[in-house]
This record gives sequence, C-alpha cells and structure tokens, in this order.
Amino acid sequence: MKRASFWPWLWLALGAAYFIIPLAATMQFSLQAKRGTLGFTAYANIFRDGNFFSSFAFSFQTAMATILISVLLIVPTAYWVQLRLPQARRLIELLTLLPFVVPAVVLVFSLARTYNGTPLTNSREGLRVLLTGAYVVLSFPYMYRSVDTGLRAINVRALTEAAQILGAGWPTILLRVILPNVLLSVLSGAFITFAIVMGEFTIASLLAQPAFGPYISLLSSSKVYEPSALAVVSFALTWASIGLIQFLSRGTPGQGQMAGPR
Amino acid sequence: MAWLGVVPFLAFIVAFLLWPAASIVVRSFLDQQGRLTLQNIADLSQPFIVSSYIYTIELSAVTAAVGGLFGLLLAYAITVGGLPSWARAGLLGFSGVASNFAGIPLAFAFIATLGQLGLVTQWLKGMGVSLYPAFSLYSFWGLAITYVYFQIPLMVLIMAPALDAMRRDWREAAEGLGATGWQYWRFVGLPILLPAILGTMALLFGNAFGAHATAFALTGGGSQSSVVTILIGAQISSDALANPGLGNALALGMIVIMTITIGLYSWLQRLSERWK
Amino acid sequence: MSFLEINGVRKTFGQSVAVEHFELRAERGEFVSFLGPSGCGKTTTLRMVAGFERPSAGHIRIDGVDMTDTPPNKRKIGMVFQSYALFPNMTVADNIGFGMRVAGRPRAEIRARVDEMLGLIHMPEFARRYPAQLSGGQQQRVALARALAAQPQLLLLDEPLSALDAKIRLSLRQEIRAIQRQLNITTIYVTHDQEEAMSLSDRIVVMNRGRIEQIGGPFEVYNFPQTGFVASFVGTLNVLPAEVVDAGAGRVRVDGQEIALGKPISGGAAGQRLSVAVRPEIISPNGAHGPQANQLRGSVEDVTFLGAIVRVRVRLGASAVHFDVFNNPHLAPPAHGDLVTLRFPAESCMVITEARNH
Repeated sequence: MKRASFWPWLWLALGAAYFIIPLAATMQFSLQAKRGTLGFTAYANIFRDGNFFSSFAFSFQTAMATILISVLLIVPTAYWVQLRLPQARRLIELLTLLPFVVPAVVLVFSLARTYNGTPLTNSREGLRVLLTGAYVVLSFPYMYRSVDTGLRAINVRALTEAAQILGAGWPTILLRVILPNVLLSVLSGAFITFAIVMGEFTIASLLAQPAFGPYISLLSSSKVYEPSALAVVSFALTWASIGLIQFLSRGTPGQGQMAGPR
Repeated sequence: MAWLGVVPFLAFIVAFLLWPAASIVVRSFLDQQGRLTLQNIADLSQPFIVSSYIYTIELSAVTAAVGGLFGLLLAYAITVGGLPSWARAGLLGFSGVASNFAGIPLAFAFIATLGQLGLVTQWLKGMGVSLYPAFSLYSFWGLAITYVYFQIPLMVLIMAPALDAMRRDWREAAEGLGATGWQYWRFVGLPILLPAILGTMALLFGNAFGAHATAFALTGGGSQSSVVTILIGAQISSDALANPGLGNALALGMIVIMTITIGLYSWLQRLSERWK
Repeated sequence: MSFLEINGVRKTFGQSVAVEHFELRAERGEFVSFLGPSGCGKTTTLRMVAGFERPSAGHIRIDGVDMTDTPPNKRKIGMVFQSYALFPNMTVADNIGFGMRVAGRPRAEIRARVDEMLGLIHMPEFARRYPAQLSGGQQQRVALARALAAQPQLLLLDEPLSALDAKIRLSLRQEIRAIQRQLNITTIYVTHDQEEAMSLSDRIVVMNRGRIEQIGGPFEVYNFPQTGFVASFVGTLNVLPAEVVDAGAGRVRVDGQEIALGKPISGGAAGQRLSVAVRPEIISPNGAHGPQANQLRGSVEDVTFLGAIVRVRVRLGASAVHFDVFNNPHLAPPAHGDLVTLRFPAESCMVITEARNH
C-alpha cells in the first residue's frame, strides 16, 4: 500500500473534528452542572432519580423480550429456508427489509390506527405487546442478515444430515448442532437489537410507554445539564453494544443501520 | 408442506407490519363512512402539507448529498488513500457506533455544541463571532448539520468495501496506458463506482426522510416544524388535523417515497454488482 | 547500446529482498521471458520496468533514456495483466482506444486505430460488447490490443495465460507470438510455465529467490542448465545420487553401477558425493545410443500412460529413474517387473553440485 499524501489526512482530520467535537461538548456540558466547576453533579442527579431506573429497566426488559422473540422467529426460519425452502429466500429477504420502507413513525402510526379499539391499544399490557412487536419488526433486517450469513458460512445441510444419521431429533439438531455454530451471528444481531431498543424514542413515545428514550426527552424540558449526562450514558451504551459486536465478529465489516432510533 | 416451517415468521410480520401498513394504504382511499374516495389524496395538496413534504425532501437530499460526499472522501482516505491501518480500524469502528447513535441523545450532543449555550457557539462568541440569530440549530441547516452525523458513518460503512473492491490492476492498466491519476478517476474509477455511490446516497435519503426522533428533539415537535414524520406522529397522540383520512394519506405518501427510494437503491446496487 | 537495459537492479520490501543483482540487456524486437516459481522476483522486476515499483538500487533504461524515476504513465509501455484488467465500464472499442483517448488523440484517428487493432486480434464484430460479455480468452486478446494500440515502445505481459484453460492457452500463445513478430515490438513475458517460456521466447531469464540463475535461449537453458535449480525447474529430470570413482576420467558410481560423465569432474575427489541429472527423454531402454553409452540395469516399477508418450519408472536399488518412450499402438509398453537396461550417452549427464545454487 502506498503512503498516504496530504488529502487523505485532511479528510480524516476534518471527519475526526466533526465526530469528536459534539461528543466532547456533551461531555463538557454534562460536567458543569455546578457553576464554575467541573463535576459529576448531573450524573449524581440522574442516578438519584427513580424514573431513571424504572425507565431503564422498562427498556432493558423490552429489549430482552424483543431479542428473545426475534431469535425464536428468525433462527428457525432462516435455517428452514436454507434447508428446505430455498425458493422462499428472496421473499423472506424482501420481507425482512420492509422496515426500511416503512419508517418507525409510519409503523407505529399504522399499528395504532389498525388495532385502535382492540385490547392491544386499550390496556397497558396490550400497548406493551404492540411496542415489543414493533421492535421485533425493526430488528428483523439485522437479525436475519446476521443469522443468514452465519448459516451460509456453515454447511447447514451436511450438518443436519450428519446429525440425523447419528439419530438426533429436531430439537437436538437446532439447539445442539445449529445454534452453537451460529451463536456469534445471533449475538451480533442481539446486540444491535439491544442498542436500537435502548435508544428508541419514536415508537415508545407515540405509544406513551415509560421507556428510556421518552424519559431522556422528557427530562430535557425541565433540566439543562442532566440530558447531556444522559446522552453520554446513552452513547456509552451504544458504544458498548456495537463494540461487543465488533469484538465478536472481528474481521467482518461493521454494521450500519437505518431503522433504529433516528 | 415445507412452507409450514415459515408460518410463524410470516404470521408475525403480517400481524405487526404487513396488515397494518396495508390497512393504512387502503384507508387512505376511504372516507369516514368507509366509502371509496380520492379526497384524502387530494387534501395532501394543502399548502402546509406540500411545504412539509418539500422541506423534508430538501433536508433529506441535502444531508444525503453532503453526508454522502464527505463519507465518500473519508472512505476513500482509509482505503485507496492509503491511511495507516489504525486510522482505518478507528474510523470503521467509530462509524459502526455512530451510525447507530442518533435520535434524542444525538440532538442533545448538538445542542451542547451549537445550541445557544453550546461549546462551539460560546467559543466563537469569545472570538467575536456570534452564530445566533443568523444561525439556529433548530432551523433547516441546524437539522442538516445534525443529520449528517448519522449519514456520514453509513456512507463510510457501505462505500469502504466498495472502494476496497476496486482492483489495483485497473489503476495500473490505466497508468500504463498513459492516464494521469485524475484521468483514471474520471474515465474508470468514478464510472465504476457511480452506481454504488448514487445507490448509497438514495439509501441516505431514505435514512433522513424516515428520521423522527432527532427532528423531534431539536424542534420540540412544535407547529413551526415542518418534517413529515413529526406531522404523522402528531396524528397519533392527538388527531391534530381532525381528519383521520388525511393522516392515512400522509403516511401513504411517506411509504410511496420510501418505496421509490429503496427501489432505486436496490436497482443501483444490482447495477454496481454486474461487474463483479 | 541495447534497447532495454536493466542495470544492477535491486528491490527490497522492508527487511526482505525481492530482487537482487538483476542485469539484462534486450535488443529491439526481442522476446524475453522471465521464468521462475512464484515469489522468485519475476513479477516484481516486471513491475519495476513498468514503473509500478521503484527499484531500491540500479537503473532501467529504455532506448537510451533513464526511466528509473519516470512514473508509469510517462513510459509509453503496454502491459497485459493476468486478470485482464479490462475496464468493466467501457466497451471493447473504448478499452482499446483508452490510451489514445487520454493522450488526447483526435477521434477519427482513435477509431481507425481501434478498427485496426480489432482486426489484428480477429475480433472486429466485438467492438460494442462489454468485457463481462466476453470469454476469458477474448478478454485477454482485447487486453493485448489495448496494450498495443497506443504503439508502446515496450510490451510487458504478466502471466497473461494463467487464468485461461489449456486449449485457449495454446492458441493464444501462438497468437501473441505472431502479433509480436508482426509488430517487432520488444516484449517481456513473465511466466512460471516453462513450456510457455520455451515456445515463445528468444531468450529466457530463469529466476529463483530474487536472483537470475541463467539467461539464454530455450535450447541453451534446457540442454545446458548452468545451475541445479535451472536443471530441475526447466523440464523434468532424473536426479541420481552418485559417488565419485575417478574425478580425472569423469567416472561415478550410481547404486553400485559405474557410469561415465564424458568430462573430468573439476575439484572432485574419489569418494565424494554429488548428483547426476539425466533428462527422461534421453534415456532409451534399448541399444539406440550405441555400445559405448552408459548402461544402468533395473526393473520396471511403474508405467504411466500419458497419451503420446509413456513414462516408465525403473528401480535401481535405492534410487529410481524415469524414461519416456513414444506411444506405439502396435507395440506393448514395458510391464511391471520387466528387467531393462537403460542406455544414455555420457555427454547428456549433468553434474549438479548444490553449492552453485546460491
């Protein structure tokens, strides 16, 4: 590889400045809650707020439920499509990409209108089901792509047939043969789903759910420095999730997404 | 029989995506009594709706162009440009995070930077340059600067592999035939990359067009804000237009534009793969 | 003064030496091959001639002009790549005309030249096609036409046939040679295929581990290899461990049987171990070489039918010897276990002293 000249360095420097300055500013902002001194007052205030924990816990639980449902739906489907239904591959791919065509705000709008007047919108439990369902849909593009790539890397058919010859039944094949081999892909899909759900605002707020995203937004109407501290916490959360993905899938290109918390 | 295996997935996606979306599309053509009508579509021509669509399209186009261009330059710098591998790993790693860092926290980050009390605003003020009131983070350009923060990383993540796939042979063949670096890009490099560049920019357009949380946090969802997603959002919490049919038509318009955008993206993506 | 002069060229990448002491003079119109195993430095040397790599030391002159520091786009060189490297976004005609286009030649001239080149490669009807619509062989012919269109002073080919299948390889090989003769263009051809190098070249530069092992015509390199590496890399070879019996008379012992080498063993002493090499096609199982020829007795161990020739392996105690006979449908080939006497002339024996390798 040839040595870089002046221009690539300039682009990198400009990019680094644009990316780092807002983060640094947020950091700085979050530390100056006490006039004239830098300190962790804003963070302390947040951690004293009961709503912080309850909304965080709400989103965390929702994220776990979303991941569980998404994995239970996608892994068997992707496996089955590769094994027995290759002609359905294009259709399934297309369906999992639909969340790109239907933005989150349109999705929640459609759900709210369509199920208006049913138990799904009349009760707290119903709304939470709706919220989780929407998140599962949002997770499909990442979960499917990740799992499908992982399955393609192993020889699904040969592994399945080898297991069958040795006397294994379907639960054994799925849980003890296929899943361990695509665990990294599943985890990678799970972490990106986690990052999406924890930061999601649109759907949660429009369904009036006490989630983490709406909490951050709500706080900004009454506080000045605390929202910045929350932004830092939120960025750290995203960084940790994506960092884990990148650590788990070293060597494969990073994932960008466009169906999350825009 | 084999199709039974995908029924759970199909059932789920029908219940939580296809059926609701289809129902909105159908309802866009029904009046309050359930009769077929084109009135809702016609009502989209009201000035504030048209201007909202135009505003959103302009915002999406500008951020797709600026983010796309700068993202391309960055992707170029870390691939063909020959920056050391730490810069490459750093930028790709950061892009993976930043493309997922959007919405409310991103808006706060920019408020802390370019808001009235923001770091950069104050810093410039100290140097005698006052951004406000000429500039406002809550205006078109403020939104644009913020959106670009998640646009650039997406461009970098998609274009870096495409640039890596540019074969060294092509460049050497061109040089051997007497082409300068500029002529290589003009006649070979850019034409080969163009479908991928335009396709990814279409994706960026859709990315900005569907964005809601960032705009909401910056503009507060107030009435002066003109982004279509906020208009639609306002129809859920309170039927602000007092016309459910019109709300459905608004969503339909959004789906149509997104379908065109994503269609364009996949068409260009296929074009760029015909040479592989 | 020669047309192409490569003087004392050396190339290092970090700690590792890719090419060292490279000296070559080639005349106008000459066809020179660089032959060697992968990693021997032949491609690196070619890329230095093209200007894609800068020599760490030494000079490259073309037609008397020092090109060592000239960028590739100023060297007027045509190059053909193993991977064709056709521009996928351009038609065949646009690919061929690219060099003239960037040189700013008038349209009419480009068109005329492109037509001429299409005729030269026998593909006039393919002008509007895109590279993806052509077979590998067609793509490489277009790449050749593209390299030649701007009338370069030097043509460089980097393993141009390696990606093609056997039949096309052969026909394209002949086409390259015919076109090269017709245009009388100085050509460097990099290959790891000794048959290609033999059949095409005026001279062959055999390389190994970054150094030139031998430069010579195909006949010379094949029949009079100067190093053990050349002897074993070019053609197939029987290498027999031997022990010197009489250095002055040039006699050695192979598996208990004494043979003559036809010349004294310089610096050899009785009892010293060395290797004797004989080409399989020189050996014959009957009296073809006359009574004074060397003889080795053994038993047939394996017979491989290769079509036109039959290769036979004969066991002589610890070592084994291959020899070839032409296929003859009316004559049964040797059978496993047959006892045979192998004969070959003393002059055809090559002595390999491993010290000459480095």
